[in-house]
Amino acid sequence: MDRKQCCVKLSVQPSRGLMDEKFIILVQNVFPGFQLTLHALYKCDDGHSWEAFAHHAASAIGTVNVSEDPSLGGTYSGVEPMGLLWSLRPVPGSKPWLRMRKMNVRTPMVVTISVYPGHQTEGFLDQVSLAGVVVERWYMAPGVRRIPITEAGLTATLFLPPGPGPFPGLLDLWGGGAKLVEYRSALLASRGFASLALDYLTPKVTIETGKMVDNQYFERAYKVLEQHPQILSSRIAIIGLSLGTCITFKMAVYSQVAKLRCIVCINGSHVQPIDGSVEQILSFFNKNAEKNRFNNENQVICRDLLLPIPTDPSLKVDVGQLQCPLLLVVGEDDQNWPAHESAMDIKEMMERAGNSHLLTLLSYPNAGHLIEPPFTPFAKASAFRDISSRQMLVALWGGETAAHSRAQEDAWRKTLVFLRANLYAGANTDATSFSNL
Amino acid sequence: MMAKVIGLSTMSDTVAPMLSVFPSRALVDENFKVVVENLPPGSPVTLHSLHQCEDKHYWEAYGHYISNHRGTVSVTDDLSFGGTYTGKEAMGLLWSMRPVPGSREGLRLRKRNVCSPLLVNISVYRGHVVEGFREQAPLASSLTERWYMAPGGPCFYLQVHYLKNYFLVFFSFCPGPFPGLLDVWGGGGGLVEYRSALLGSHGYASLALEYFAPGELKSSDLEFNYFETAFNIVKDHPQVMPDKVGIFGLSLGASLTLLLAAESSIIKPSCCVFCYSVSNMNTVHKSFFLVISFKVGRINCPVMVVNSHDDQNMATVESSEDMAQMMRAAGNLHLLTRLYYPDAGHLIEPPYTPHFRATKFVKDTKEKVILLWGGQTKPHSDAQEDSWKKILAFLEQNL
Repeated sequence: MDRKQCCVKLSVQPSRGLMDEKFIILVQNVFPGFQLTLHALYKCDDGHSWEAFAHHAASAIGTVNVSEDPSLGGTYSGVEPMGLLWSLRPVPGSKPWLRMRKMNVRTPMVVTISVYPGHQTEGFLDQVSLAGVVVERWYMAPGVRRIPITEAGLTATLFLPPGPGPFPGLLDLWGGGAKLVEYRSALLASRGFASLALDYLTPKVTIETGKMVDNQYFERAYKVLEQHPQILSSRIAIIGLSLGTCITFKMAVYSQVAKLRCIVCINGSHVQPIDGSVEQILSFFNKNAEKNRFNNENQVICRDLLLPIPTDPSLKVDVGQLQCPLLLVVGEDDQNWPAHESAMDIKEMMERAGNSHLLTLLSYPNAGHLIEPPFTPFAKASAFRDISSRQMLVALWGGETAAHSRAQEDAWRKTLVFLRANLYAGANTDATSFSNL
Repeated sequence: MMAKVIGLSTMSDTVAPMLSVFPSRALVDENFKVVVENLPPGSPVTLHSLHQCEDKHYWEAYGHYISNHRGTVSVTDDLSFGGTYTGKEAMGLLWSMRPVPGSREGLRLRKRNVCSPLLVNISVYRGHVVEGFREQAPLASSLTERWYMAPGGPCFYLQVHYLKNYFLVFFSFCPGPFPGLLDVWGGGGGLVEYRSALLGSHGYASLALEYFAPGELKSSDLEFNYFETAFNIVKDHPQVMPDKVGIFGLSLGASLTLLLAAESSIIKPSCCVFCYSVSNMNTVHKSFFLVISFKVGRINCPVMVVNSHDDQNMATVESSEDMAQMMRAAGNLHLLTRLYYPDAGHLIEPPYTPHFRATKFVKDTKEKVILLWGGQTKPHSDAQEDSWKKILAFLEQNL
């Protein structure tokens, strides 16, 4: 039976998925060998449009399966099931140095996947596609509860998994970009962990008084988890990225209040004045501000601020005293923090102290600073407001698109397995329920 | 809720088991996987589903399982040993749902608002529980969404007023053009959108046709004209392929569409699907049916007929045999595909929806009766699942 080209069939399964789930894109009913372009279009909450595309040639039976067939060119190449998401970039003509971060996690990321004839590289929106489907990507699974927390002077949001619990708890600390960033916590709750996203650089109390938070702020956040009726106080962990790792290390080793089951530190460092508050840590970095370098594109490289790794023990958290498992994630091309050098020093300190059996190090070549939950657009550099100087800069994060995206996918899956092994009783690292990631 | 008492070691260090449903958001006709982990090994548990429908009634289903040595239960792979379904049934928690004990008689689960999902709560309880689910705390629970509409849909939502009725057309998100469908329901009357929404999610421009309000059957003027107009609305729409428009009919709708396919000089469908064939039904418009059986030989498009034994609503099997005979005599038997499902009952609808052996029905005299639709739960659900797949394949082949 003759198949008309206008009956091109496009399907994406699942059409509604969580942000860290893979999908399968299938094109059918085209002529064998037909050249086509798969295109993804995303309009983010602030109105910017992002696109990605891949060139394919249909098989002998007239199909293209993005999970099995290679992209022959476009914003990514090779066999990449999720390439149309992680290779998304701002459409031509957009403002420069954008970074995609979904701040409203109650709505999904809505992506339109379309098929165009031939191998095209531009002008997609001026044409009619052969077929198109809309796909939703969610940070929150159905039933996940989002609870703003303002008690104890905190600016935070708690995400609880559905069900009666009790659940293990996570304190979720981001970096110098500040603000209250919820998406990682929303996703962690969707994966069974009660998670508290905490704003510690621009919380209400700092905005109103101009004063930065003290170390007790973090202990109060820990207490919110510890005292919650649906959270197990004996199963609390911290996940920190960038500046957030400074606090994570400090709390894990020195806090009398926080009893942590495990910690996850991504692209950060143990280097800091160990008695210091957030403000003092930031001043410590700024003292070395002349070490910042600028590349040809005027992007700032901050990784030298903490180098060389000091030998003075008052300037780095004594990780030899760490008593809980540590998952250390490093992007080897991190241009913003000396994550690799810090990791080497941490390893050495722990080996000397005899607790290196607690350390799991994941080191990813060609991955940059922003190792986040997977399948979101990669940004090698983006606009960044320095928290101390309030200056707008373009920070170079580092990394190469495909390698960084692969690192995100792998690190996320391994982080979930690590958290499950340490926070769920008698858990198998078999991760049956993560098999779709 | 667990009270936090410091120092009591019995106040467990035990985290809840993990219950996951994948995908957590799916279309109504898609499969899901329900997995429970972190249970004690070899422990008896009950998987339970709960849904509160738009009329506020509660529906539930449950299955009795035993965890393996790793403390895992997988509904897709393991066997249920009791409950509202038994055996290896990945979707049993949906299709075996029935109104909770104490509910009114004759309830039927039908979603009217297709822009929001069916919310189903899936829980796991300790032991093999048979009742009182709402009075106990489960070990874990999860929420799953079941949608009639794919994301982005409908990108086109047409309302046309004709006489006192209106039609709704569903399109999937696509630049088109699309194949079209006229979706005609049964004797219950009123506008039923969800099958059209689901068909729209599969890429058809589907028009759900209301042709009389519930209870008005005898009094309404059912004329060919009405259906021909509806068919043409679909066919003539600029985003529909005019040579690829089919008809989908259930129950009374099946009878009507069969007649249209055979008799109308205006409507020329590309194919037809009838769930339940024509019969000599004595409670609805007799005038239609008397003529039909003589005219089936005039059908000249592929036809799929889905009917069942144990069909207590109409004498379907006999009439479908008559139909086959007529078509053989007319030389167009090759156009006919018949799907038979024993013990399936009358109301074959999209899969993984609960089965009803008997529900409330408003007769033409505005009288409320309980109509016995027939069928056994498991064979009926199997029939729904199998026939839906085959119907979609048939439509794809012919449209």
